[in-house]
Amino acid sequence: MRKCLLTSIDAVLAQLAKAGDVYLPVDGDDGAASFKKWEEGTKWSEKLNTVRSPKDFFFPQTENLMEFKREGKNIEIIDVRDEKADFVVFGVRACDVKSFDVLDRVFLTDPVDSYYAERREHGVIMSLACTRPAETCFCGTFDIDAADPQGDVTMWKTETELFFRANTEKGEALLAKLDGVTEACDEAAVNAQQEKTRDIMKKLPLAGVSTEKFGGGKTDTYFNAPEWSELSESCLGCGTCTFVCPTCQCYDIRDFDTGNGVIRFRCWDSCMYSDFTKMAHGNNRLSQLERFRQRFMHKLVYYPENNDGLFSCVGCGRCLAKCPISMNIVKVMKKIGGSDHE
Amino acid sequence: MNNREETLIPKIGVITDVRIDTPDIKTFRVVTPDGKKAFDHRPGQCAMLSIPAVGEAMFSITSSPTNTEYMEFSIKKCGCVTEWLHQAEVGQQITIRGPYGNPFPVDDVFAGKDLLFIAGGVGLAPLRSVINYCRDNRERYGKIDIVYGSRSKDDLLDYKEIIEEWTNDADVHVHLTIDNPQEGWDGHVGFVPNYVKELGFDTNKTAVLCGPPIMIKFTLEGLCSLGFDKTQIYTTLELKMKCGVGKCGRCNVGSKYVCKDGPVFRCDELDELPSEY
Repeated sequence: MRKCLLTSIDAVLAQLAKAGDVYLPVDGDDGAASFKKWEEGTKWSEKLNTVRSPKDFFFPQTENLMEFKREGKNIEIIDVRDEKADFVVFGVRACDVKSFDVLDRVFLTDPVDSYYAERREHGVIMSLACTRPAETCFCGTFDIDAADPQGDVTMWKTETELFFRANTEKGEALLAKLDGVTEACDEAAVNAQQEKTRDIMKKLPLAGVSTEKFGGGKTDTYFNAPEWSELSESCLGCGTCTFVCPTCQCYDIRDFDTGNGVIRFRCWDSCMYSDFTKMAHGNNRLSQLERFRQRFMHKLVYYPENNDGLFSCVGCGRCLAKCPISMNIVKVMKKIGGSDHE
Repeated sequence: MNNREETLIPKIGVITDVRIDTPDIKTFRVVTPDGKKAFDHRPGQCAMLSIPAVGEAMFSITSSPTNTEYMEFSIKKCGCVTEWLHQAEVGQQITIRGPYGNPFPVDDVFAGKDLLFIAGGVGLAPLRSVINYCRDNRERYGKIDIVYGSRSKDDLLDYKEIIEEWTNDADVHVHLTIDNPQEGWDGHVGFVPNYVKELGFDTNKTAVLCGPPIMIKFTLEGLCSLGFDKTQIYTTLELKMKCGVGKCGRCNVGSKYVCKDGPVFRCDELDELPSEY
């Protein structure tokens, strides 16, 4: 384990930036944090987390997949994929680090998504342990330890110091580059902080939310539950939950005619949207109830069924904070899981 | 340059023939610019066709894998991509990628069995691939019965091939029907599900069904009332798809993705899915 003084954080970031772009949470003019590229003078946010998840680094909100030229009856396909440069995502919270595992199982499963894979291979994750979780946090529900996040390098921030531990080969290589600005240390301060954080986690209002009633094989148990009606009644279908969600990965592919060619791009989409499953001859999810149910059944039942019990939720709490009608996965789990369904 | 393989990046296909099958169905023959098949496939698999700036959509490959020269797609005009294709001329290039999905189990489950194919309307398109595969490997299969119905005589897909080839095969029995009486039609009149019940097939057959959802529903009920078990009946589903490889989320039903876990399902497997397809 290594450490540096918080006062020398700029030197650490400058050192990291020599090898590639470094992105870290930065407060915007509106006071909300978002990942920004580090430059001399950039101040690391003190906020618990960014409004948007860091999934953009590997699965951007929009990205060009390919281009076409059309001339008469002929088409030319232009492969626009480029080789990405190495980059560092600095200060990722435990929940968000876990979300990369969830996304990996989608995009890195055969056939591998080359766009995602290229970014994933070039990205180094430096996670940051939590010390002051919010009331909306429930990562513990998904067996995520906020005091010991994963990623290539784990960091712990105390009042005066920043501690580093490498977890992967990538992480070790990165830490080696910081030798000149960090020093070796023992784990005492980190252990003390972890103990404190874990105590706080146990006392969080959502600490008792359990996945026990969910997982693969529960489709029949919950699909026709009467509670879906009440739960989905006020859903606006705005898709905010999907967009702030670190694990939501549904996408659309569309063409844009530039007048000089055609760009085929993909962009985030939402199963909450009315046209998500609409095709020329019909739509298999006509009501918001059906669409609402799809999102939660996918996270709590379908995804775990296909992924060794891993849930497609990491308890980051973004949907709890952002849903305009205050509906969220915790309410769904309590309502659906709390009822007596056979 | 990123040299990884990428399934989303298609190949160029050229339309080398357009056959007008019915007032709203055309069959397109597609090869690569150097005149070859774009890729090999198995009966029941699909391909993504697109025309840049219009869109991309999934279609079943209607030609049999035993056709090594080209692929065919029977396409009904009903949306953006299909409408564009319907005005396309020979020589038009499109894009093609695939094959996607699981095929019908023609080499194991179907081998040695008597086969009953039941199709309605453009639902014959995916079945034609299997039917011709079985006809081309005739010795591997038992009796073949084909029940095919459409709104009218003019709406019967592949009519020429059915009359000139299928009905002339020894031990292939074709039963055609149309919904309403029509001048010049002396065949059966009535809906497919009822016709299947009237014909009353031996329950030792393996059945393959494809057509409009309502036809599938009633035909399935009809077969079950004849004594068929759902484990003997196969069908192929169609849902909105964008990626074709189980990632974009669109065709997700329960824990299955129709694009990669289907589109071919055994009917008892469908019972395990939520009724959202």
